[in-house]
Amino acid sequence: MTETLTPPNSPMISMTQVNKWFGTFHVLRDINLRVTEGEKIVICGPSGSGKSTLIRCINQLEHHQEGDIEIEGKPISPDATDMEVIRRDVGMVFQQFNLFPHMSVLENCTLAPQWVRGIGQAEAEKRARHFLERVRIPDQADKFPGQLSGGQQQRVAIARALCMQPRIMLFDEPTSALDPEMIKEVLDVMVELANDGMTMICVTHEMGFAREVADRIIFMDEGQIVEENTPTEFFENPANERTRLFLSQIFQH
Amino acid sequence: MSEWQAIPERVAPANTIGAVGWLRSNLFGSWRDAALTLIALYLIYNLLEVAIGWGFINATFSGSDRAACLKETQGACWAFIDAKFGQFIYGRYLEAERWRVDLVMAALVLGLVPLLIPRAPFKRVNVLLMILVFPPFAFFLLVGGWFGLAEVPTADWGGLLVTLVVAITGIALSLPLGILLALGRRSDMPIVQSLCVGFIEIFRGVPLITVLFMASVMLPLFLPDGVNFDKLLRCLIGVTLFSAAYMAEVVRGGLQAIARGQYEAAAALGLGFWKTTALITMPQALKIVIPGIVNTFIGLFKDTTLVLIIGLFDLLGIIQFNFTDATWATPETHITGYVFAAAMFWVFCFAMSRYSIFMENRLATGHETRNAK
Repeated sequence: MTETLTPPNSPMISMTQVNKWFGTFHVLRDINLRVTEGEKIVICGPSGSGKSTLIRCINQLEHHQEGDIEIEGKPISPDATDMEVIRRDVGMVFQQFNLFPHMSVLENCTLAPQWVRGIGQAEAEKRARHFLERVRIPDQADKFPGQLSGGQQQRVAIARALCMQPRIMLFDEPTSALDPEMIKEVLDVMVELANDGMTMICVTHEMGFAREVADRIIFMDEGQIVEENTPTEFFENPANERTRLFLSQIFQH
Repeated sequence: MSEWQAIPERVAPANTIGAVGWLRSNLFGSWRDAALTLIALYLIYNLLEVAIGWGFINATFSGSDRAACLKETQGACWAFIDAKFGQFIYGRYLEAERWRVDLVMAALVLGLVPLLIPRAPFKRVNVLLMILVFPPFAFFLLVGGWFGLAEVPTADWGGLLVTLVVAITGIALSLPLGILLALGRRSDMPIVQSLCVGFIEIFRGVPLITVLFMASVMLPLFLPDGVNFDKLLRCLIGVTLFSAAYMAEVVRGGLQAIARGQYEAAAALGLGFWKTTALITMPQALKIVIPGIVNTFIGLFKDTTLVLIIGLFDLLGIIQFNFTDATWATPETHITGYVFAAAMFWVFCFAMSRYSIFMENRLATGHETRNAK
């Protein structure tokens, strides 16, 4: 094993002994995770293993009850008053896209830069068109989300997040709700984003994508990080028996 | 491998398209449909015959007293409406001062119509004018007592004027108040939440007549001697609070329909509660509940007739009041008056209904199941 797993000193995201319960259900158990700038992390695992909850704790869509989470050295907690400020720099893409259906594609992309960052309309539109170009749907700018295919909607969602010029991007199963033919167009955009050096954490079952772009793959089960490994090691020589079983199940067909 | 060839387009069968197709699919699809169509046509014909005979052919359109409306086969006595029309619109508002009411109504139409037409320009100025300038303008002009205008006490107001004042004030104030109450009811803050729940449940659980009666009779008992405010004003407050309670539940219904993902997407972009509400959730919620909102507006418009209970004469009240006039005592006076009142109310309510359907379709963005009709 030649690749190093020890991250440099100042991590972009650091989670230390994070625990979370839904009622009495212990959903995250002693999570420790460091992500440095420009790193691409893929999180996988069976459903109900806590992957989504983990990344949703990073921008506090879910609140953790124990442990510390820091983003660029700033500690975050459920009662942090500056949570909105931190969220500006953390983009998120959801499984169900969650575009705003009453606004055009362009308005979806200009809304937050205008109302949260306070930039002017012309500047916001210029930026929106730039990112719509990057996700390859500049010609759909004036349509409503309801008029687009799933793959197009998800690319709009990525553009909407990028318009805030975030330092970190979180992807919560971005291709799980898509038809097979549309998965590729979304993954292509994500690969490009990764190549541009964006810090990314992706919850996904797309193992081809994981192999291609991930610096590290994290395997979770029952709320714990079971294995954290480089893609090569993860697929060819998994350290844990549970990982081996998971991989054999997803590669069965 | 054989080569794939597209089948050329063909014309649909002649009896499934055009006017013939429409008749076949809608009116004469089967023997049963045909029979129902014919029966319905027969009923419609009979109804129209009676209505046209009473309302036009046998009706009296002019005359100075009851003698004009006492024919053998007398239809509607429109002469009664004609003679009392001024009262029906203005009540006992001084005749010489009625131009003030006309002016306010004209200003209202001028301000409202461009506001309701989506393509009309200067929306922002228009809204500001209607919110900031129109209400005081209407108030000072209608009430008078300033700038040499004679004061017209609200007790003299009546007819359509009172109906519109109560309805428009109620509509304009109950929506924003209802929105705040709905947000309050969904709030995580226990005190705000229980206050809103209490307000809504009390006003929704009590008949409007009771609210009006309390506002008119009970309230003055609790006020110190000498403090007395206008009966119409008290009635306006009562109607507004009552409608706001209903409106709150309509709006809350819309908010409940907004998916959690919308809140999460807004939060993930860094939007706070008020911006999320104003830009993301409330516009969607209000669009969903347009039918419910208009339902409440229409209910409120018709409920204005209840102000009679506290001695204000709205349109219906003043029509009924004029039935006692011996000059016009004929067998057809009552029915003519009621038909006129019904027609007036129907025109306003139907206009609101059609406008709401227009807005529903205009605001559709492709994720609705079907057009509003």
